[in-house]
Amino acid sequence: MKALLIRDLRLATRAGGGFGLALAFFLIVCTLVPFGVGPEGGQLSRIAPGILWVGALLSCLLSLDRIFALDFEDGSLDLLATAPLPLEGTVAIKAFAHWLVTGLPLALSAPVFGLLLHLPGPAYPWLVASLMLGTPALSMLGAFGAAVTVGLRRGGLLMSLLVLPLYVPTLIFGAEAVRRGAAGADPVTPLVFLAAITLATLALAPFAAAAALRVNLR
Amino acid sequence: MSLLAVRDLAVARGGLRAVEGVSFNLEAGGALVLRGPNGVGKTTLLRTLAGLQPLVAGVIEAAPDAIAYAGHSDGLKPALTAAENLRFWSEIFGGHDIAGALEAMNLRDLAERPAHALSAGQKRRLGLARLMVTGRPVWLLDEPTVSLDRDSVALFAGMLRAHLGRGGAAVIATHIELGLPEAEILELGPYRATRTRRESRPAGFNEVFG
Repeated sequence: MKALLIRDLRLATRAGGGFGLALAFFLIVCTLVPFGVGPEGGQLSRIAPGILWVGALLSCLLSLDRIFALDFEDGSLDLLATAPLPLEGTVAIKAFAHWLVTGLPLALSAPVFGLLLHLPGPAYPWLVASLMLGTPALSMLGAFGAAVTVGLRRGGLLMSLLVLPLYVPTLIFGAEAVRRGAAGADPVTPLVFLAAITLATLALAPFAAAAALRVNLR
Repeated sequence: MSLLAVRDLAVARGGLRAVEGVSFNLEAGGALVLRGPNGVGKTTLLRTLAGLQPLVAGVIEAAPDAIAYAGHSDGLKPALTAAENLRFWSEIFGGHDIAGALEAMNLRDLAERPAHALSAGQKRRLGLARLMVTGRPVWLLDEPTVSLDRDSVALFAGMLRAHLGRGGAAVIATHIELGLPEAEILELGPYRATRTRRESRPAGFNEVFG
């Protein structure tokens, strides 16, 4: 399991691996929004939690199709499916690797992007906390979407359509936690819901994704 | 001791039966060469034996974790070096030594070269060396000699013979002569599913998706 994790991290950080792509995309979204809605601080503060969460979600989406597509094309997926490691474990490890190279950097760097959007001061810790709790679910659900569409031509587009609706609960509770933090209210309730969604996803999605992969490998 | 026993096996590709009624028994040290025209179902049969596809009818008896599959693609990552690729598969399959595998396929000088800089034949040699680090007794080989030159084919035949000598076994789909006189030959042509297209439609949902 460790070998697979290390390989995926190594591939992501070598040339052409796409590490940093999600961060750069997030940065561009956050700089475009003030151009679009105008630089007025009050207005930006109000929409910042939602923009930050939608931006993080779309950045996450960007690299999802790579989770299985590359391994499918070069035959590694066939070999991994016949390896001693259960396919469910393979899925979970690959989703974890995806989170380490996208979700985690997004969560840690989000305060910088919050500055760009005039996010109110008290919201910063909750922004990081909500992204830390929510992004694992994004990677795991994304792995499921990638497993369903692996082997399809232009599967990335179809995958976005499949995965984005599944992101809605995470988005609602994540953005709500930040909004409450910004308003000085108690953000614990949405954070608890966010954590529950993530835990349920982590428990169920590996099995669904592995089943989808088995069908697609035929 | 039987490593892989198959009785009355039928396999399907895209919901249509390809071959049916295949039976064989593979002992330790035995090799079976699958022959047959293109499209008869050699790849489908091998993928079914590897557990990548469900079988339609019949029985496959194999020890758990006995099978190593090598298909048309080698499962190499272009960004990793040859040694890194091999080490990865060795760790996944339980940490067998990669030096012997590099030596066996004459890859020692290429070990530190990234896989994207290898030629097609060199990639194939690396893909075949992967079989050695799996430590598994039954090798399922689908056209293993594609893009290999004559020396490399001889090298591969030597590696295969050593594997059989260690009590391994292999099922090989190939069109060329590997120089394995002891290998049994299974001509798949006669096992081609004979029913007409209408009759060979799957019996129901479970035969297609089960």
